[in-house]
Amino acid sequence: MIRLQAIERRFAVGDEAVYALNGVSLNVEKGEYLSIMGPSGSGKSTLLHIIGLLDRPTAGQYWLAGKDVTGLADEERAQIRREKIGFVFQLFHLVPRLTAAGNVELPLTLAGLPREEREERVREILAAYGLSARARHVPSQLSGGERQRVAIARATVTRPEILLADEPTGNLDRGSGREVTGIDRVFGHP
Amino acid sequence: MPFKDIIGLSWGALMAYRMRSFLTALGISVGIAAVVLLTSIGEGVHRFVLAEFTQFGTNLLAVVPGKTATFGVSGAIVSTVRPLSLADGEALARIDGVVAVVPVVQGNALVEAQSKSRRAFVFGVGSAVPTVWRIKVTTGKFLPAEERGTARAFAVLGSKLTDELFGGTNPLGQRIRVGQERYRVIGVMERKGQFMGFDLDDAVYLPAERALELFNRESLMEIDLLYEPGASVDRLVTDIKRALVSRHGHEDFTIITQKQMLDVLGSILDVLTFAVAALGSISLLVGGVGVLTIMTIAVTERTSEIGLLRALGAERDQISKLFLTEAVVLAGAGGLGGLAAGVALGQILHALIPGLPVQMSWGYALAGEVLAIAVGLAAGVVPARRAAKLDPLEALRNE
Ligand SMILES: Nc1ncnc2c1ncn2[C@@H]1O[C@H](COP(=O)(O)OP(=O)(O)OP(=O)(O)O)[C@@H](O)[C@H]1O
Ligand SMILES: [Mg+2]
Repeated sequence: MIRLQAIERRFAVGDEAVYALNGVSLNVEKGEYLSIMGPSGSGKSTLLHIIGLLDRPTAGQYWLAGKDVTGLADEERAQIRREKIGFVFQLFHLVPRLTAAGNVELPLTLAGLPREEREERVREILAAYGLSARARHVPSQLSGGERQRVAIARATVTRPEILLADEPTGNLDRGSGREVTGIDRVFGHP
Repeated sequence: MPFKDIIGLSWGALMAYRMRSFLTALGISVGIAAVVLLTSIGEGVHRFVLAEFTQFGTNLLAVVPGKTATFGVSGAIVSTVRPLSLADGEALARIDGVVAVVPVVQGNALVEAQSKSRRAFVFGVGSAVPTVWRIKVTTGKFLPAEERGTARAFAVLGSKLTDELFGGTNPLGQRIRVGQERYRVIGVMERKGQFMGFDLDDAVYLPAERALELFNRESLMEIDLLYEPGASVDRLVTDIKRALVSRHGHEDFTIITQKQMLDVLGSILDVLTFAVAALGSISLLVGGVGVLTIMTIAVTERTSEIGLLRALGAERDQISKLFLTEAVVLAGAGGLGGLAAGVALGQILHALIPGLPVQMSWGYALAGEVLAIAVGLAAGVVPARRAAKLDPLEALRNE
């Protein structure tokens, strides 16, 4: 499903070159659940951005569902993001002026679903994440955990084939990291 | 993404900053209100002037002395040409298709009755005035048709002059003095009101022949001609030219047709209306700059939202449409508000100053709204393109 070959992501900071990723190769099959762990600044977010077609590698190749997507044009990448990928950002990136329901509805609107269906799906998923009572709240009125659940709901509401979740675990130990984690629930992992 | 969803998203964004959106739209409203109001006044003046000029009928044609290209309302043309005479008028009356002819001399004179006197307009005219100028006599009768050189000293008074000189008493048969001559009042004209600032009711009608003497003139100022409704104006003009040239030896006169006059007037007034519309558009331009400013700020403020939308799979084109729609909705709503305000202001103005002709023109209103939307589009293009160009990841980082 996802195949990375010698992926490199180099940032130019002034005259210096910073390697966020260097020679990453990996294979993820359909239905597989993969955790990437590493210390803060090790390149986890960068890798997810590349897999999520939000960033381009400076070297290497990327196949998605058997198709080489390394050099894909902008609009095609947007289409794949829209149709195949759900992304939970490390910083959630909820739209501050939209309610929880409004945030979750966004990807469905972009996908061109009719309004009744959008509302139906939003209601279902908010209920599944225990957010029904928070549907009309804007992000600033939500707790951190609630915000994360809204972000997860938004990433999964389109039923994507690939779910990428970037969790802020870098400065937490393993035990406490688990506590703020919501993704495990999506996959039914402990 | 269907258009109504784009509208929905744009509307939501505008509503999130209610006050700011309202004020920005207000800028456009002021511009559109100015356009609507100014063009309403322009259009009102247009219609008012045309109505003034057509109240005497439309099958009219005037001959004035002198060869000029423009039409002289005053008739104050230096007479280096042969005078336009009463005999000329009679000759014109014989042309086929001419219903009636009125020779005209006009001026000012002191009109004295037994106890009162008053300065008034003097119209030296012929007997056909009621037909040609469409003014009725309310009491008595108009000046009779008389042979040249035998015109008796009869006078017909305008309604206001009658009131001023005779109060409630019957003026018929009374004597008045105009200049050195005494006249007998034989009729009173109906109330006609103002014509381009002249009070037609504050006037006395005398036989043209006697008015020429009164003002010590040789030439008529004008000969007005009423022609049959079906008559060909071109043919009439040719015939009149031929008749007068054969009498004067050369073309030392000008024929003004009503149509010509209305055309010229109409185009002058159109330019006027257009000019005030352009004036109003300046404030619309200022409103457009307001939209541009707000949209530029919006793109900067909502950079991370744009990044998110792109990350969720929105295409550049959709981002561009979203912001463009926002600008257009702002300007369009402002435009509608401005239309309403302009119409309301026009009504209020009309109520406050009844003399000011205000005529709302739907054409200009529609053009105003289209202009508002165009201004929104123009103001939205650059910010929308800037939004669309953002790299999703970089935009997302902007928090
Ligand atoms: N746009 C950028 N410009 C320069 N350097 C960058 C940029 N993005 C990331 N980096 C660098 O790349 C490295 C990897 O960053 P990344 O965000 O992928 O780390 P991470 O593993 O997600 O860390 P954390 O667990 O703290 O989120 C870091 O050293 C970071 O400073
Ligand atoms: Mg990270």
